[in-house]
Amino acid sequence: MATVRIPPVLRPSTGGEKEVDAGGDDVGAVLRSLADAHPDTQTQIFADGGELNRYVNVYLNDEDVRVLGGLDTAVGDDDVIVILPAMAGG
Amino acid sequence: MSPSGAEFIRQIKSQIAEVDPADVHAALDGAGNGSDGLTVVDVRENDEIAQGHLPGAKLVPRGFLESRIETAAPDRSGHVVLYCASGNRSALAAKTLTDLGYEHVESMTGGITLWKDRGYKVEVPRKITAEQRERYSRHMLVPEIGAEGQNKLLDAKVLLLGAGGLGSPTALYLAAAGVGTIGIVDDDVVDLSNLQRQVIHTTDRIGVAKVDSAEITMNALNPDVNVVKYETRIDASNIMEIIDGYDVIVDGVDNFPTRYLLNDATVRLRIPVVSASILGFDGQLSVFAPYEGPCYRCLYPVPPPAELAPSCGANGVLGVLPGTMGLLQATEVVKLIVGAGEPLIGRLLLYEALGATFTELKVRRDPECAICSRDPGEIADDELGVFPDYEAFCAAAG
Repeated sequence: MATVRIPPVLRPSTGGEKEVDAGGDDVGAVLRSLADAHPDTQTQIFADGGELNRYVNVYLNDEDVRVLGGLDTAVGDDDVIVILPAMAGG
Repeated sequence: MSPSGAEFIRQIKSQIAEVDPADVHAALDGAGNGSDGLTVVDVRENDEIAQGHLPGAKLVPRGFLESRIETAAPDRSGHVVLYCASGNRSALAAKTLTDLGYEHVESMTGGITLWKDRGYKVEVPRKITAEQRERYSRHMLVPEIGAEGQNKLLDAKVLLLGAGGLGSPTALYLAAAGVGTIGIVDDDVVDLSNLQRQVIHTTDRIGVAKVDSAEITMNALNPDVNVVKYETRIDASNIMEIIDGYDVIVDGVDNFPTRYLLNDATVRLRIPVVSASILGFDGQLSVFAPYEGPCYRCLYPVPPPAELAPSCGANGVLGVLPGTMGLLQATEVVKLIVGAGEPLIGRLLLYEALGATFTELKVRRDPECAICSRDPGEIADDELGVFPDYEAFCAAAG
């Protein structure tokens, strides 16, 4: 299972967890597993058509999945997926 | 029999390559120091250098040559031209560098004396007073900064957007470092609830404009600093006027509209931005250098919706966190000014205080970026900071 890092704004949707283990062979599958386990994350991560919301950045380890294969990017058990929203606090 | 000093120098000159000032002048004119692998190094003493040196020359007194040359000229296969007053010390220094493995070293014949006789331009460095020499002595001792870097700091103009959580530590340390001109934009006044983290302000200045309060602290810390106050809220109507002329901008603003506006304006003016944001126990940091690396819109093409952007109203934050992130910002500012190290361009640093973890992510330039994929001249005034109706958005977010 891959590890998904949950940003502060999504933690209320994961019971306060900072990291969640989620299964799946690619980024999309892992994130859908996350949404199955924590349904409140569904609309925050995915747009209506099932694609990533444009304002959500997702990284596989240190690389933006937009420059990899998007939701189809293969994920291994030791991989870390980072969900990264913009923050504006100063 | 041992040779005389003059004979020894003559022997050394026969073993090294020399170059005429005319050739150095032509090379500098065409490329500039550091370009095309050319590095010009002045090996004279500090008091001689203070009278003037070749434009862009690196300053490494011969007594420090072995210990500092790798900072001034890290590439041993690069072209290095050394000079002194008349060409003798630089010849000896050229021999030393050759022995150290530098492959393309030349000593300039006649030194700066002949250079000036030919009518070529010299740069006269800022005069550092005895007090400044003492104040900045710990910078002077660091090879990556030294007198040259300190002069750059004293000549630098840095603009801080916000004198709040992030702006407070940044302003304090940039003032301490001797950044010559520090502009501060903030239209707020000091509030009791600020003092848990905004350490540039004080309890007896509650109700005072933040720009005034910050100026008092900065000038008490370092009277060298010229504080330029902008007691206003930055917006599309004033941003170009305010930011023009600054070398680096520090983004510590608390809202998305200004972050996007700042990005668009700084891309247009090609001003680097050291950007940080904080929330709760989490911080983000990156350097956006227009056309050299990605911009803020490359990283975040679209702002998040209100429920995922708890930034418009008051939100909780660990008081120490803006200190941590603000000082990382200040560090990046100093690096950009003195040209040391590897700035955080194309990289996003995440700090999570509860877990005490740092995570670095890659940020790529977006070839489709709405702003930085275009020539700066093509970015029109009415395009600056364009995005959804954030006034309504923030009102909805509370």
